[in-house]
Amino acid sequence: MPIEADNLVKRYGDLTAVDRVSLRVADGEIFGLTGPDGAGKSSLFRMLTTLVRPDEGSGRVAGFDIRTDYLEIRKRIGYMPDVFSLYEDLSVRENLHFFARVFGVRVKENYHLIREVYEPLKPFERRRAGKLSGGMKQKLALACALIHQPEALFLDEPTTGVDAVSRKEFWDILYRIRARGVAILVATPYMDEAARCDRLGLMQDGRLMVQGAPQELIAQYPHHLYAFRAHQAYRYLELLRRHPRVHRAVLAGEAVHVSSLAPLDPEDMRQYLREAGIMDFAFEPAAPDIEDVFIALVDQQQPQTQEA
Amino acid sequence: MAGIFWAFVKKEFFHILRDRRTLFIMLGMPFALVLLFGYAVTTDFKHASVAVFDQSRDAWSQRLVARIQAGGYFSLAAEVDDIASVERLFRQGRIKMAVVIPPHFGESLMQCERVPLQLLTDGSEPNIATTLVSYFNDISMRFLDELARANGTELQPLISLEPRMVYNPALKSVFMFVPGVIAVVLMLISAMLTSLSIAREKERGTLNLLLISPLPPLLIIIGKVLPYVLLSFFNALAIIGMGMGVFGMRMLGSWPFLLLSCLLFIVTALSLGLFISTRVQTQQTAMFASLMGLMLPTVLLSGYIFPIESMPLPLQVVSNVTPAKWFIILLKGIMLKGAGLEVLWLPVVVLCGMALFFLLISWKNFKLHVE
Repeated sequence: MPIEADNLVKRYGDLTAVDRVSLRVADGEIFGLTGPDGAGKSSLFRMLTTLVRPDEGSGRVAGFDIRTDYLEIRKRIGYMPDVFSLYEDLSVRENLHFFARVFGVRVKENYHLIREVYEPLKPFERRRAGKLSGGMKQKLALACALIHQPEALFLDEPTTGVDAVSRKEFWDILYRIRARGVAILVATPYMDEAARCDRLGLMQDGRLMVQGAPQELIAQYPHHLYAFRAHQAYRYLELLRRHPRVHRAVLAGEAVHVSSLAPLDPEDMRQYLREAGIMDFAFEPAAPDIEDVFIALVDQQQPQTQEA
Repeated sequence: MAGIFWAFVKKEFFHILRDRRTLFIMLGMPFALVLLFGYAVTTDFKHASVAVFDQSRDAWSQRLVARIQAGGYFSLAAEVDDIASVERLFRQGRIKMAVVIPPHFGESLMQCERVPLQLLTDGSEPNIATTLVSYFNDISMRFLDELARANGTELQPLISLEPRMVYNPALKSVFMFVPGVIAVVLMLISAMLTSLSIAREKERGTLNLLLISPLPPLLIIIGKVLPYVLLSFFNALAIIGMGMGVFGMRMLGSWPFLLLSCLLFIVTALSLGLFISTRVQTQQTAMFASLMGLMLPTVLLSGYIFPIESMPLPLQVVSNVTPAKWFIILLKGIMLKGAGLEVLWLPVVVLCGMALFFLLISWKNFKLHVE
């Protein structure tokens, strides 16, 4: 396995940033990590990329121990940190060539590895990296992380602050990299991106609460879910929450996702809403998505680690 | 490996060339400082205000006063009758210099006695004061010539000048400024800019990318600091060149020793810069630490501007840990006195010790892992 973590623990003072996290990422697999800010995703990344030492537990990347063989690991991984970390005062081309040299390769020889990422940047080669748009910065960072043919790719929230079109392009590129057999660990705050991963882990308070294929996770959804749709649906959140059998009501795009611990009769709910004076709305059973699963898990506050 | 190293150096030069602030500090500051100090030293004075306290009031003293006014350098602001008035005029800032002529001036001159003539200058502006004294010296020499001709004798009567600086009696040579400027500039570039540039890589996260590259950390560090070493050295040469060419700084000692001394100080400053950069996370703290911890002592405690001898004892002790103090001693020794290692071994040993000490600590602090 290119990426393995076994009960990794990282503490900063009293705070346990990463709490006994175990995961495996296989060749040609995209493993997504999602969870709120401060859940410990970046700390986990820093341990696996050998930037920080774990306090407990062990890990192997590209077959080498993250505690002892970090110099070997560093040759074999690509890392995109959670903030844009290239030289803003160097041009696109200068950044790429510099990082290629740092990893002991030449752009010319390895250009095939980054062609699909770098080609859109070609017209802007002479532009300073700091003057690129979010989407282009992220492509450049990915190109720099890929140029030395890494066996494992660590992408820490690579699409934060990037427009929707660029995000889609980015994922298309990730799929192509995956097809070359690279193991990819990617953190994302976006649930739609999380759903695109082969497997997914949900992190909260340093713990990996659950992991599995997105569909498996959705299948484990413990509650009953309904969607409420209306003009300006968010105005009725409080009303929905006041209903005694509603467990939770949260915004999901334009709609409100309403969950309950036991099945609801939609017709009862419609009646309740009409009595409250809402006329034009829909209330239907709905299929949970990753976000619903995550919210339910956080609610339970009973972290469970499952091997998928 | 050589290729990687070159890529590093090239990258660092790009950073320097593309950042206006850095570029100004690198290239503008040394020249600005030298010209500033040099200008202050070589200003030609026209009509500097002088007070005369003539206790003799004879023909010869009157002729001397006339001479003082004649050259165009000095203009007589006041003739006073007591020394208290001189002090008052100094305090009011109305005069730059006072000449005190002793009683029986002409009489003593005629008898070829040594006549003490007191010059009072404002030591709070030491460079001006020094220049005024040397101008006055010229005038008194010519006055003596005139006197000798009038007497028709070969024997020249003597006037002994007793210049005394009010406010700053321990003033040292004006040549202080060249070593001082070199110390300041090298500190700025080697220590401050280096710590800033490493802090910037930390702040922007690029250092993390370099750290997880397969490069040995030593290469990362050397690649980062080498451009600064080169530019510092170039600046040191330029300042010495300007000091000698434009301002007549003497260079009596050995050139290799001088250049090695500059290099030693650069390495010392660099070790301090590295030490700071291992301790701070942001450019702002790096800037603050190097300004407070390095630049202030370099300017204030090194003896560059304020003579160490006139500091309170605790500060004199503190000045010993200021690398610039030792560097200035070294430089003055080599350039002005032509001294060699047998005389200047102490500053060399102290600087080597400091450099080694801080390099070792930085090395221990510089982690392969970022915690």
